[in-house]
Amino acid sequence: MNYEERLQNVTVLGAAGKMGSGILLLTALEMADLMLKPENKKKTFVLNAMDISNEGLAGVMKYLRDQVLKVAEKKMVPLRRIYADRADLIENSDIVTEYVNDVLSVVHPTTRLEAAYESNLVFEAVSENKDLKIKLFRQIDENNPHKPWFFTNTSSVPINILDEGARLEGRVLGFHFYNPPAVQKLVEIIVTGNTQKEAHEFALEFAKKLQKVVVPSNDVAGFIGNGHFMRDALHGIHEVERLSQDMPYIMAVYLVNRITQDLLVRPMGIFQLIDYVGIDVVRFIMQVMNPHMPEEELHSPLLDMYFEQGVKGGQNPDGSQKDGFFKYEKGKITAIYGPYVKKYIPVDEILESAEERLGDLPASLLSWKAAIRIKDRDAALRNFFNDLKNLKSLGADIAVQYGKRSKDIGEKLVADKVAAHADDVNTVLLTGFFHAYGPINNYFD
Amino acid sequence: MAAGYNTVSLGTGRSEFNPKKTRPGLEHYIKEAGTATLNMIGGPDNVDEGVIGNFMAPRFNKQGNMPGFIPYIHDGLEFKPSSSVEGACGSGALALMGGIKSVLAETADVVLVVGVEVQNTMKAIYGADVLAGAGWFEKRKNGHAYFFPGQFSDRAGAYYDKYGFDRTRKGLARWFRNAMENARLCPTAQEYENKVPDPETLYLSRKPDGRFFVDNLTVFDCSKVSDGASALIVASEEGLKKCGIDPKDAVEIVSFAQVERNITKDPPDLTELTTIKKAVHRAMESAGITVDQLGTIETHDCFSIAGILAMEALGLAKPGEGADFVAAGHTARDGRIPVNTTGGLIGWGHPTGATGVHQAVTIWEQLTGKAGAAQINLHPDKPYGMTINMGGDDVTVVSIIYKPGK
Repeated sequence: MNYEERLQNVTVLGAAGKMGSGILLLTALEMADLMLKPENKKKTFVLNAMDISNEGLAGVMKYLRDQVLKVAEKKMVPLRRIYADRADLIENSDIVTEYVNDVLSVVHPTTRLEAAYESNLVFEAVSENKDLKIKLFRQIDENNPHKPWFFTNTSSVPINILDEGARLEGRVLGFHFYNPPAVQKLVEIIVTGNTQKEAHEFALEFAKKLQKVVVPSNDVAGFIGNGHFMRDALHGIHEVERLSQDMPYIMAVYLVNRITQDLLVRPMGIFQLIDYVGIDVVRFIMQVMNPHMPEEELHSPLLDMYFEQGVKGGQNPDGSQKDGFFKYEKGKITAIYGPYVKKYIPVDEILESAEERLGDLPASLLSWKAAIRIKDRDAALRNFFNDLKNLKSLGADIAVQYGKRSKDIGEKLVADKVAAHADDVNTVLLTGFFHAYGPINNYFD
Repeated sequence: MAAGYNTVSLGTGRSEFNPKKTRPGLEHYIKEAGTATLNMIGGPDNVDEGVIGNFMAPRFNKQGNMPGFIPYIHDGLEFKPSSSVEGACGSGALALMGGIKSVLAETADVVLVVGVEVQNTMKAIYGADVLAGAGWFEKRKNGHAYFFPGQFSDRAGAYYDKYGFDRTRKGLARWFRNAMENARLCPTAQEYENKVPDPETLYLSRKPDGRFFVDNLTVFDCSKVSDGASALIVASEEGLKKCGIDPKDAVEIVSFAQVERNITKDPPDLTELTTIKKAVHRAMESAGITVDQLGTIETHDCFSIAGILAMEALGLAKPGEGADFVAAGHTARDGRIPVNTTGGLIGWGHPTGATGVHQAVTIWEQLTGKAGAAQINLHPDKPYGMTINMGGDDVTVVSIIYKPGK
């Protein structure tokens, strides 16, 4: 079966979810591109959008239509070429309408898992529950005569566990998109010693067609992205626990967040990032990874406490940020959660004294927004971090320690052979997490 | 001709333009411009007739029957004869012709002429479909997604091949710079707030790329997408007196030429604006003047290349030397022959149906000393102004020559 034949019948499991909907969109566009080739005129292309929620499916079909419309409007020059032989499609608006219809006609929304019994390729983006994934894969594989490939979007479950649990003989690999799949260029591809060579080659070709940046990760729970993120988050939590012996807890949370954003030149502070991904998701990922890490404790009682109190972060359906470590208004932090008093305390109450404790900031202060606009930013970053190292303030000390710890985490991922080399770790943080620089650097030495 | 008025040319570039908010419609612009002109002529009673120039209200605004908006300007205009006229981006000057002919035929002493277009009602990719209607529809299918930029990209490509790419781009870069510098002097211009310190370098830094736009032009080579209206009166001498207008506040229409090419045919020579060439020469012959007696010109730079080709059509430069002529600064506001002194279509804006009238208003302002910060000084031996308004790809052309009223 060649590339195009493989893509003639595909299923996305969890198609209505945050990641599933993006995967659905990208796959639909790629399949439609193939379908619109003159030599494929008589061929049928089927993309099953499978989800347990009918409401979710209605939402994702609307999302798909809106996104494909935007793609069409941007893609008008090649589209006019694609539809050149259609004398009835004259104006740009004619072509946009036809293209949207053509792409959507490939997508079949369904709540029935059985739709996957016909597929050659199954993308899986259901919850991070290994037993659920294994159950679904096994059921599909036992009823599907085509020996399909399974590309899982798991960010934490080792692939070999899924392969063995569902008895897939190497027909499963990790194809881990970042959020949102339509925008984020990074894909981590994870194969085991057992993975079928053609499946791996196909995955690389598919990722290339989607114009993604591929970073290979070895089959270790959490892979590279979460391998770094979970440990980086734990360091932040431990720093808060350390600092709150000497200042109010909420001040410590505020400071560590501020430092990781502004003194480490990151797009957001560590606690805002945890809120963005979801406290429940982060906690869950740690739970999945922890059993595989005998030498460390990838677990935070603090996160348990928040979770049990129902403070979960994450996003609302419209994409706005839910309350977690912080309360947000129009994207700005307005209050900090105090888990001991179980309520949000306005940031203003600790702001002034927190900034005092933070201490002096370097004169060469560089914002993340400014940094990412500089093409050759090594010099600017080096200059800033040198100033930071020379400054003797609480903020600077915490920042430098944090940068060093982040580098250690990165280097350990290479030493443990999760990542092939330092560049791969850095690429993941740069393209998946929007960092301005990779964790493995010599800025903090 | 007198009592000229331009609304702001609204679109990207102006700080008050917000695509996400509702913006004024057709009738708002017609009323604003029309009212301003009426206020300069002593009111609606002095108007005998109204003419509206507009290109594609039926598609941009789902609106036809445009003459009905003349009485909307003022109740006093109700039941007076009104008409509208269309000739793509040449609609404005065709509206002027309507007024001129009525006055010459003595069927009116004072004609209120309004040009208007409200184009920002749709995304550019769909606006391109609407604007493509200035060409023959049979050709749309094989045209670029952005049809008219595609047409002029072909002309630019032919010119580059014949005379040299870098040499031409230098001339086009200067044209762009002149447009920005002039627009900054005119508060109603779309590029009035343009702060780019070095427009020429900015222009040259962007290379044409057929993957994203047309093959031979960039966005800097293109006129703006604009909402706006312009108005003025065309009057006989009695009409001027009736309105209480002193001849020194008016301009005299010395000659005009209206020339039409077959829309279904391709231009005979991509490196020449043949119809414009015929029109300007007829107008100059009819006026009994040569191009050296022109003090200022408003020409139709829907695309920068059209500006350069117009200089060759006028005979200001030999074929192939138009780019050099502009690059040398001869068409800058302090040059030998100032062209588009408030920015032209690229700098001031191009509300398609209004442009022909806007050009006339600008010439009126320059010749009567009412151009404010954008005022140029006219030499006594070059007292004439000229407008060149074009619809489609050199299909519908009107050229008019003016001189100060006194």
